[in-house]
Amino acid sequence: MGGIPHDHYEPKSNFEKGMQTRLPIIGLLYDTLMIPTPKNLNWMWIWGIVLVFALVMQIVTGIVLVMHYIPHVDMAFASVEHIMRDVNGGHMIRYFHMNGASLMFFAVYMHIFRGLYYGSYKSPREVTWVLGSLMLVLMMGIAFMGYVLPWGQMSFHGTAVITGLFGAIPFVGEAVQTWLLGAGAVGQPALNRFFSLHYLLPFILLGLTILHVWAFHTTGNNNPTGVEVRRTSKEDAAKDTLPFWPYFVIKDLFALAIIMVLFMAVVGFMPNYLGHPDNYIPANPLATPAHIVPEWYLLPFYAVLRAFTADVWLVMLVEWISFGIIDAKFFGVIAMFGAIVVLALAPWLDTSSVRSGRYRPMFKWWFWLLVADFILLMWVGARPAEFPYDWIALIGSAYWFAYFLVILPLLGVIEKPDQAPATIEEDFNAHYPQKADGKAAAQPAE
Amino acid sequence: MSHAEDQADSHEGTRRDFIYYATAGAGAVVTGAAVWPLVNQMNPSADVLALASIRVDISVIDPGTQITVLWQGKPVFIRNRTEEEIAEARAVDVSTLPDQDAGNANIGPAPATDENRSLDEAGQWLVQMGVCTHLGCVPLGDQGNFGGWFCPCHGSHYDTAGRIRQGPAPANLPIPVASFVDESTLQLG
Repeated sequence: MGGIPHDHYEPKSNFEKGMQTRLPIIGLLYDTLMIPTPKNLNWMWIWGIVLVFALVMQIVTGIVLVMHYIPHVDMAFASVEHIMRDVNGGHMIRYFHMNGASLMFFAVYMHIFRGLYYGSYKSPREVTWVLGSLMLVLMMGIAFMGYVLPWGQMSFHGTAVITGLFGAIPFVGEAVQTWLLGAGAVGQPALNRFFSLHYLLPFILLGLTILHVWAFHTTGNNNPTGVEVRRTSKEDAAKDTLPFWPYFVIKDLFALAIIMVLFMAVVGFMPNYLGHPDNYIPANPLATPAHIVPEWYLLPFYAVLRAFTADVWLVMLVEWISFGIIDAKFFGVIAMFGAIVVLALAPWLDTSSVRSGRYRPMFKWWFWLLVADFILLMWVGARPAEFPYDWIALIGSAYWFAYFLVILPLLGVIEKPDQAPATIEEDFNAHYPQKADGKAAAQPAE
Repeated sequence: MSHAEDQADSHEGTRRDFIYYATAGAGAVVTGAAVWPLVNQMNPSADVLALASIRVDISVIDPGTQITVLWQGKPVFIRNRTEEEIAEARAVDVSTLPDQDAGNANIGPAPATDENRSLDEAGQWLVQMGVCTHLGCVPLGDQGNFGGWFCPCHGSHYDTAGRIRQGPAPANLPIPVASFVDESTLQLG
């Protein structure tokens, strides 16, 4: 695959030969598992496996939780407490599921910034990148709907706020919001449909994961140098790559083990640290919690949503140009979704011919500023909407858009990139110098 | 694996062998530890087990009638038997019964005499699970060839002591743990 010349699957036994002409699934699995992988992948190339593992873990624990959960406004909260107190091991299963969402988002943000730094989004991997962006949006939707199910105070009023976003759409907003909720307000119809979708969508996400992997197996992996694996001959390709099994499987499992140790520490010792105590109060339609915030992983985008208030000149300008159709409320919604759209458009916004940020001296600075900006937005998203936080949110949001819409297009023109190595092998040997006897220090076991 | 060939002369385990076994062992333990809670969560939860005992007012049951109560999700027959029913049940020779064990959780294995099945010595109270021992249907009272219970699903006949007499059911209707709290109150479980 990936146009990288290598040995393909050869059925050996009669059974394998028979299968190969009827249902070539063994060959498919073999070629997927043995795919030539750039041998210089660093530790930032582990997050994909972590994400697959976390998604499967969420699906398994989720199916178990559904065996005890009741999607009814009068019983949902009590059924979650039933899981916590009565079901055998139920509290741990729920804590795994709750914190598993945080693990997924932590991993996905690492995964995304890895891709942004090493230029994994650039041609020919645009399809992988756009699929990934869709998966991010889907993940956010799934996480939000899952947060609704315990039917606590945050669940209830969070639902009101998030569906209210759709209410901001001009002309049809109110009808759309009513359609989403199945009623004029948050209630039983909303809980029931969010439960249904929260069960369905993770399987869609799993399907998109397969497409995502298929896409980058077709183009071949990116790597820290951004230099493509040589396709000139099987021998050249073999010098740049190692088969996925066993080398990268073992590496990824090792990384996964360490991450799971940290995850278990969170689940075991501080399971509610990332949650909000108000969600342990049963939903009350008559009183909103004093301070309503989404889960930490949605905060950067929540900050963008709130940043564009009616007193920002850009918002006023847009409102004036659009004859008042796009007001501040709708502008905020557009900005929030736009923050993900510009991310998805990165392959076409970045004009640099050099793929990896490692060889882009100016890009590096702007990139790390973007990371800091993301963390800043996450922090400010949880602060109250007042001075100075409103200004911080506005500046942070402005930089997010500027990075994608101004800096990425301009850098490709004005930046003078460093010399990237000619091959992956050259980069690899530079990291692992030859020994005195002429053999490379790092030799794969035969 | 080449290290195995390198070590072909000596059969002593290498460090790498040890790492393989240690990794595989740890993987097996971790997998088991992860799978067991997923299986165990389907066992009865604490609130289900907490319903293990209930109290029933039996002062309302006239002789010759019975009530059916739900206990642990299953029906329990509580019958106030008449003198004729008791006499009929006590006249039966235990050795002629298909199931000769009393099936009484209060006393353990014992001959299936009527005395071993009734809750009090006089034999007035018969308390038994209303679940046919064949395939779990609920038998009908005051019916069947032996004046006791009759299961409509596959035609099992129970006598006035709830013992199987005819039909496919293999065992007598089980008697749950039960005791009198006072004259008019029965505790199940």
